[in-house]
Amino acid sequence: MAAVEVKHLFKSYADVMAVDDLTFNVEKGEILGLIGPNGAGKSSSIKMILDFMKPDTGSVRIFGEPMNEALKDRIGYLPEERGLYKRLTAVELILYLASLKGMDRKTAEERANGLLDKVGMLENKHKKNKEMSKGMGQLIQFVVTVVHDPDLIILDEPFSGLDPIRTASVQEIISGLREQGKTVILSTHQMNKVEELCDSVLMINKGKTVLYGDISTSRAKFRKHSVRIEAEGSWSHIPGVIEIRPHNGFVELMLEPDVTSQDVLDNVRAQGVSINRFEVTTPSLNEIFLELAGTNYE
Amino acid sequence: MNKIGLMFKHEFIQAIKKTGYIVLTLAIPVLALIIIGVVQLFSTLFEPAVNELTRVGYVDQVGIFNEYPDQELIQFIPYHSEKNANAALVEGEIDEFFLIPADFSSTVSIQRYTMARELETPVVKKYAISSFLIKNLLKDEVPPGIIDTVLSPIDMSVIRLDQDGSVADSQSNIGNIIIPGVYAFLLSMALMFGNNSLISGLGEEKESRLIEVLTSSVSVSQMLIGKVLALGAAGLLQVVLWLISAPLILDLASSTFGGLLANIQIPPNFMVFGVVYFVLGYLLFAVLSVMIGGIVSTAADGHNLSMFYIMAGYIPLWTFGAFIAIPEHPIWVVLSIFPITAPTMTMLRMGVSVIPGWQLVASLGVLILSIAIGQFMSVKIFRTFMLMYGKRPRAREIFQVLKTS
Repeated sequence: MAAVEVKHLFKSYADVMAVDDLTFNVEKGEILGLIGPNGAGKSSSIKMILDFMKPDTGSVRIFGEPMNEALKDRIGYLPEERGLYKRLTAVELILYLASLKGMDRKTAEERANGLLDKVGMLENKHKKNKEMSKGMGQLIQFVVTVVHDPDLIILDEPFSGLDPIRTASVQEIISGLREQGKTVILSTHQMNKVEELCDSVLMINKGKTVLYGDISTSRAKFRKHSVRIEAEGSWSHIPGVIEIRPHNGFVELMLEPDVTSQDVLDNVRAQGVSINRFEVTTPSLNEIFLELAGTNYE
Repeated sequence: MNKIGLMFKHEFIQAIKKTGYIVLTLAIPVLALIIIGVVQLFSTLFEPAVNELTRVGYVDQVGIFNEYPDQELIQFIPYHSEKNANAALVEGEIDEFFLIPADFSSTVSIQRYTMARELETPVVKKYAISSFLIKNLLKDEVPPGIIDTVLSPIDMSVIRLDQDGSVADSQSNIGNIIIPGVYAFLLSMALMFGNNSLISGLGEEKESRLIEVLTSSVSVSQMLIGKVLALGAAGLLQVVLWLISAPLILDLASSTFGGLLANIQIPPNFMVFGVVYFVLGYLLFAVLSVMIGGIVSTAADGHNLSMFYIMAGYIPLWTFGAFIAIPEHPIWVVLSIFPITAPTMTMLRMGVSVIPGWQLVASLGVLILSIAIGQFMSVKIFRTFMLMYGKRPRAREIFQVLKTS
């Protein structure tokens, strides 16, 4: 049984199809990266998963059940745009929202202290939210999302507004969640974070799925018929290479259709060039994203 | 504690900790104490000196006004001519003088001369001069007892009767309307505060997207019921605190406004209905606030939109003068059944008459029904539009949602 099972989800606003036949599963203990350009339908999909709004057609099941009140206690949600009750202190807010998730005060307090310590916010726990910077507020909201030990965590842009040190802290906690067998849906524009953290990726554009699968397989699908070389020396012509594209610190060799990377490696070495790095070109998620999203990406 | 209870507890604590709530709750007893203090201070400062005699000169060109020179604290001193009287006024022997012309009996006109700047002749002086003139005019015509009757011809009292002709338990007088009037004013203020408080809270939650976090934890119904009940409880606490402080304030006030307070009557069952209507009024305005909170993106937008029913709630206060003049007009019955004005209008009516049972039942019934329907509609509206940021739904869309539900 998948932790999240989405089947043929459709949602339209007026004459715009926001989500168009979206189907995917997230297994227990898996981290799924949900990516796509602005307006692709990510937020609408998340809101339908959480039952904030109803799909036109299609179904969502969480841990094998349609969304219900009891399931809400097992879910942690961090919205993309966020704020806090300004008059409450950080710990008051965390304990109140944890209580709404059914967690007793003592356990919530212990977990809150642990999480606040991990993100470097323990000393600020009695500070009023209105006195906090945007980044501090983001961290408090992240703690609110996971303090009740949810089984499914949905994070919408969890790294926005965080400095590198705090980003690393949050990233470490998310990695830890997978080790604890938690399921995470991570919606972000930061492709490197998806590559570092996620087991699988779902890319949507104009409401449609354009890429779905585990990260390595998905990247392999977009592997180009080229190699990247970082080398010392010079060469004039390499047999089997159609084009040489210089980049910052390396060159990319575009290969003829029937030539293998091994052939090219042999040909380069034959020219007496000293090779420091040689790899078959596999595009990053960012490159795939740009390629698939095309001009729609803002 | 269930989730409604948790929401209730949080919202209640937040509501009573708000500066506006604390100020309004404390302001009423504090303001009353300040008024009592100021009145006592002024009455001490400006109390007329005991037995201070005012000397008023007069020139009698008719020749019959020579008796009854002492009228209470005013002494009338005759002068032979206007010139003499004027000189006495300038010398400070008298405070003012008046001239009774020879044709007074046909014109009843006199001229009063004074150095004081005044728009009208003070009532006390006017009464004293009238008494002096009437007594002298009638001294040889009628017995002394009749003169007193002429000066003060009637002492009328009004006794209100029930439909069966028996004397009513509650008698109408201006004192009866004081407590209901103060109550109506306080209730209107409290409803406005409660409304603003709830809309501000919802606006803050929508603007900060906390609403999404909350609804990922509790259902919209649980959230709104918790909020509405918390606001009702905050209102109840407010009125209870005022009621507790009332005996102390009335005790202090009795020495200041003794005569006025002696006339104050608290209508039968006023306390019970006062609390009931206070809570129901709070609940009604709370569900209306939730509806507004559901469709607006910001608190400021919500405050503007809520002005329509807030102002409607003030109608009984705006029309208070007309109500005092014609308390039995049918319009007041309509306003005491119309849910938005029912709490204040019904309580005002209790001050001047006994409200028929069917009208009370209708008033409470419509109010309770409105709250129930309003709560149902507010949940539907809120659930549909809570995630609509930056734009307000059109009326057609709202009606469509309600029609579908």
